Amino acid sequence: MTASGTLLILNLRIRGVNVSKTLLDIKNLRLSFFTPQGEVKALNDVSVSMQEGDVLGIVGESGSGKSVTASSIMGLVSHPGRIIGGTIEFNGHRIHEMSEKEMRNIRGKEVSMIFQDPITSLNPVYTIGNQIREVIYLHTDLNKQQAYERSVELLKLVGINEPERRLKQYPHELSGGMRQRVMIAIALACEPKLLIADEPTTALDVTIQAQIIELMMELKRKINMSIIMITHDLGIVASMCNKIVVMYAGKVVEAGTTDEIFYNPKHEYTKGLLRSIPRINSEKHEKLVPIDGTPVDMLNPPEGCPFAPRCEKCMKICLRRMPEFTQITSTHKSACWLLQKEVFEQKRREGK
Amino acid sequence: MIVTEKSKDRNTLIEVQDLKQYFPVNNGLFRKKYVKAVDGVSFHIERGETLGLVGESGCGKTTAGRSILRLYEPTGGRIIYDGTDITRVDMKPYRQKMQIVFQDPYASLDPRMTVGDIIGEPIDINNLAGSKKERNDMIMEMLQRVGLNSEHANRYPHEFSGGQRQRIGIARALAVNPEFIVCDEPISALDVSIQAQIVNMFEELQEKMGLTYLFIAHDISVVKHISNRIGVMYLGRLVELAESNEIVFHSVHPYTRSLISAVPIPDPESGRKRKRIVLEGDVPSPLDPPSGCHFRTRCPYADERCKTEEPKLIRVSNGHYAACHHLDRVREN
Repeated sequence: MTASGTLLILNLRIRGVNVSKTLLDIKNLRLSFFTPQGEVKALNDVSVSMQEGDVLGIVGESGSGKSVTASSIMGLVSHPGRIIGGTIEFNGHRIHEMSEKEMRNIRGKEVSMIFQDPITSLNPVYTIGNQIREVIYLHTDLNKQQAYERSVELLKLVGINEPERRLKQYPHELSGGMRQRVMIAIALACEPKLLIADEPTTALDVTIQAQIIELMMELKRKINMSIIMITHDLGIVASMCNKIVVMYAGKVVEAGTTDEIFYNPKHEYTKGLLRSIPRINSEKHEKLVPIDGTPVDMLNPPEGCPFAPRCEKCMKICLRRMPEFTQITSTHKSACWLLQKEVFEQKRREGK
Repeated sequence: MIVTEKSKDRNTLIEVQDLKQYFPVNNGLFRKKYVKAVDGVSFHIERGETLGLVGESGCGKTTAGRSILRLYEPTGGRIIYDGTDITRVDMKPYRQKMQIVFQDPYASLDPRMTVGDIIGEPIDINNLAGSKKERNDMIMEMLQRVGLNSEHANRYPHEFSGGQRQRIGIARALAVNPEFIVCDEPISALDVSIQAQIVNMFEELQEKMGLTYLFIAHDISVVKHISNRIGVMYLGRLVELAESNEIVFHSVHPYTRSLISAVPIPDPESGRKRKRIVLEGDVPSPLDPPSGCHFRTRCPYADERCKTEEPKLIRVSNGHYAACHHLDRVREN
């Protein structure tokens, strides 16, 4: 991209103006890991889209493909993984066609990512200041003094006290919550349009988790960015997100607004997930209803719907073919044969 | 130290009095410091009851569980099991009655032993089986009890998923027919859809075998679900102890209140309505805890008295204890 083009885009980014515009559009993405044991279809026909200003939650259990989806947006899928089909469009870029060099211009600048474990994602031999400045030097023309001032400002923004002293410290001198704040500061250094948070609070205590969530939502408002929140904690998505994508075994099984997913779930997996979690706000002791069986072995996934072997309402066809999405509302869709059946029966009735 | 009301009751299976567990930390050449992982904790657990212990990492909940089993030698205090003081006795006869299930189902099973041998080992050590056949039958029964089948006995741990491995760990604990099990974060490493399976299994086993649990976890929703009573720990001390619903809905300690309010509710509607108390700052280092009340550095109610005087656990209502100087002020809010 030319310098004038960059400027134009920068100028167009007027803060506070909320024009609903598609920020990210993943279409029919297929991604496989070619392991010695065979091909693992980590993502199988995944389509996800989000508007500017959305907080999108991606939920699913380990191995469902939620983290791989995130890495593919960042262009971080490495050997033996490979995108074998589909498109990823982000903010006008066609990510799936970009070279590593081109990706480097976007990473950290337009899209940033924070990870589950801040101690392994920060470099132990560099100071905090060094690691924040690295991003600033890479993507802006600020000089040494300006970059220093910007890092102090960033640390203040994420609620770290005594920023001048912290900049000289190494990651091991900070607590878990602090490290995650530093990660967020690095991610936000260039005010990205999209922040991908991959289980950012799983390693943290619940009171610290609350702080980090609060911080992310506040920053979202301040610099008007969008967030993808990847987590297995339904409580977190309920309190943060306005849209949710539910994944199972490399497939999107249901997507909708937060209220649609929580109050009108259509897929049996989503329903099962919601039944299986204890509610802290209920006084009665209600027995949990677990989802039976074990998660899918991704090396030998079942034919048809991946959830079928664990599904109570499994029918013959579920074991043979993957159902298409049924559109329930303009924002809510779910892939289940039971819904297809309903639609079919309704059509037949109307036909009579 | 509180005197538990039912200390002489036949129903009390375990009583912990003023338990202290310090670990020495070498700091420099001559100075020796102590981490007071558990610092004067007292509670009792009734027969057939589940007591939950919650708190953030480093609060001493796991250490407390292990000290009770004498996996560490307690620095001070007393542990009374079924009327007998076991703080300094030979534990061999008690190992059979007191068992533990660990957090990490990957690390707690020997990768070179078959599942049958893993479950068989405690049976061998305690000479519970008279013959090979009897031993085999016992292993099969255990496998069945935790929802696995007999063919699993000849396999190795790596062939199982996380949830199944946790079942193996539970079968090993059950093999000696214990009365009391310390469950140390037994579900934190599992997927959400599998957690419910294991939680339900713990409940069913308790019903069938009359087990008593000390359930340690940081996930308060799960602890609330499974426990009759909950103890909340902060930096080595018990700050509140009450019946589960009481802790969740009517807690009086400022730390418990913020802890409960920080738990995300999987329900968008009530999540939006809820008032959150977001605590400032981090948990202080256990090596150098604040003087007086450990919580005072993050507490909105803290004053001069909290700096100098350590609050004692006092009775708030029947079966509800809390350690705070400002209970009246907290309750007004």
